[in-house]
Amino acid sequence: MDLKYTPEQIAFRQEVRTWMQANVPKVPLQDFDTEEGFMQHRAWEKKLNEGGWGMVTWPRELGGRSCNLIEWLIFEEEYWRAGAPLRVNQNGIFLLGPTLMEYGTDEQKKRFLPRMASCEDMWAQAWSEPGAGSDMAAIRTKAVRDGDHYVINGQKTWSTRARWADWGFGLFRTDPESERHHGLSYILVPLDLPGITIRPIRQLNGLAGFAEIFFDDVKVPVENLLGKEGGGWGVAMATAGFERGLMLRSPARYQETARRLVSLYLANREEADRDASIRDAVIKAWMDAEAYTLSTYRTASKLVQGGKIGPESSTNKIFWSELDIHMHETAMRILGPRAELLPEGPDADGVGNWLDGFLFSLAGPIYAGSNEIQRNIIAERMLGMPR
Amino acid sequence: MDFTFSEDQIAFRDTMHSFFAKELPVETIRKLWENEAADASSIRADLAGKIAEQGLFALSVPEDFGGLGLSDVDWVLMTQELGYYGVTDDVVDTAYIAVGILAGLPDDQPVKAEWLGRIAEGGVRVAVGHPANRLIAHADRADLLLLWHNDEVHAVPAASVQVSVNSSVDLGRRLCRVNWTPSPATRIADAALGKSLWADALNRGALAAAGQMLGLAQRMVDISIAYTAERKQFGKPIGSFQAVKHHLANVAVKSEFSRPVLERAAYALAEGQSQAGEFVSHAKLACGEAAWLASRSGIQVHGAMGYTWEVDLQIFMKRAWALDAAWGDRAVHKNRIADGYLRADALLGAGNTFN
Repeated sequence: MDLKYTPEQIAFRQEVRTWMQANVPKVPLQDFDTEEGFMQHRAWEKKLNEGGWGMVTWPRELGGRSCNLIEWLIFEEEYWRAGAPLRVNQNGIFLLGPTLMEYGTDEQKKRFLPRMASCEDMWAQAWSEPGAGSDMAAIRTKAVRDGDHYVINGQKTWSTRARWADWGFGLFRTDPESERHHGLSYILVPLDLPGITIRPIRQLNGLAGFAEIFFDDVKVPVENLLGKEGGGWGVAMATAGFERGLMLRSPARYQETARRLVSLYLANREEADRDASIRDAVIKAWMDAEAYTLSTYRTASKLVQGGKIGPESSTNKIFWSELDIHMHETAMRILGPRAELLPEGPDADGVGNWLDGFLFSLAGPIYAGSNEIQRNIIAERMLGMPR
Repeated sequence: MDFTFSEDQIAFRDTMHSFFAKELPVETIRKLWENEAADASSIRADLAGKIAEQGLFALSVPEDFGGLGLSDVDWVLMTQELGYYGVTDDVVDTAYIAVGILAGLPDDQPVKAEWLGRIAEGGVRVAVGHPANRLIAHADRADLLLLWHNDEVHAVPAASVQVSVNSSVDLGRRLCRVNWTPSPATRIADAALGKSLWADALNRGALAAAGQMLGLAQRMVDISIAYTAERKQFGKPIGSFQAVKHHLANVAVKSEFSRPVLERAAYALAEGQSQAGEFVSHAKLACGEAAWLASRSGIQVHGAMGYTWEVDLQIFMKRAWALDAAWGDRAVHKNRIADGYLRADALLGAGNTFN
């Protein structure tokens, strides 16, 4: 055990910090679920990639820096610390990217990864269907092989940022006779093809952050298959692993929220301390943000030494999603009667973006496999309880 | 940046795990709990001898004094085993906490060499009277007592104290009030040195309690998994029901995120980092919560059986409840964190976890 950074890691941190200080937009960007905000975020991703920071863990030949996971954590810390924009293409770079790296052909990697890192291709997920949410093996959208193409018919839903995305990735039933997790294939679909209709869905905050995707005889070339035909479930589980595992939610995000929460508490301490449980809640926020960071470093350290991520990674998603809600609820309690005010109001001084963060935090225990599903996975695969 | 244990550390942990599995089964704990059992004292002596043979008492005694010179980081693995098997307080108090105090004395203090040597051999027990604890664990069976008096450290032989014993809900735990008279002859550290020795002792005591509570949480989960796989209702093992699974999954989440906190605290303490106190407090709170949740969930998934003397869960639940407020209760530890981090100049946010 040696919980110190090496001189190289310290130098790397400094390099990231310097670049971020010079390049992070001084004025926060618009919400990326608005058209203007989306364009701003896309431009930021391009700039980030030109600086060589698009996806630092990817190999150099694909535009990355071949960073290991500890360096990735350092990068993320500096990214969040600098107040840099949310990664609009996160479903691509954090979820599909690693999956492509593992299952893609060399041609697919070259074709998709550099354009993903620069956000020339914006990616959306296409997993859930009206009848297949937590029970993803109930997927019914068909992709029927017809010569060099699959012909897709059906409907996907809850597809994050599909409204703006160029591409979608997800599971489709390529064997019409199959059931459950058999006969599914992982296919990459350009979202501008004839036969595709995208219908935005407004979220709690009023913006259309996700969408339904309708497929009506959509012809997709077979080279867009990722992995083997009929082997999609295994490939999808790898994506789910990355999502619940390490990459989707780096701890720096929660540490910054915890830092802002402590500031909010200190700025409103007299009022906040009228409710003695608020101080406790702020202490818990610091503790749990720290715990999540330590746990991630611990896992990263194990992986860097050649270990494998195990079923215990399902505990991550429960932990960060509940932490996020806890911190935002605490902020709402500190703000008291001001918490309900939208930030643009004339009397909304000091409310910050806590309300919006609170609304978003509520999605955490639902997306990427609901926390109830995660608890089943923990019980069965980590604790060995009977199915 | 390496957040893993060495192969040697893991091997020693595994050895102790197998050792206690063989030598301290719950049947033995039950016998020791029924204090009137005729052979209780011979069982204790036998076990003490075997633990000594494993080298546990020499673990952190400095090499110059006949020990292995290992650190807080090694103890973090060991205390989880002590918790898992419900080993009584005298072992960790002697081998870890008393050793820490004695090792901090100047070399010309004769008590240091004499008692470190005797502890390393494994034949003696030392009780530690820290002001954070109202009563002193196992003082009645100690050979030597290290006692607080106005921040000074006093080493008092068992013959010079009067002890009255309280039983705890954890019947393996003996909590003593000790009457004694400080004198220049018993003083082994003045208040200036004593203050820092007692501060370190509090951190080690809290860290040891945290490690034991995490081990206890694991034991309670293991017992509960075994029970819910056996017990059938509605024609199925109750462990197949989601409501039961989710109870134990919640404990797994709490434990999983306490472990790195515990390990980081041990590392910070071993390295003498300035924030070690806050990190220890964090570990104590996190592991305590995991252990309380494990006991609460454990009893629930056992149903009425969980409320019986017969089911082994009770042994470990009770130890967890007892340790939660030992070496500083939750208020003490929350206040340390609040003092360190709820302030404008605190190092908060991304990039400040390790320094």
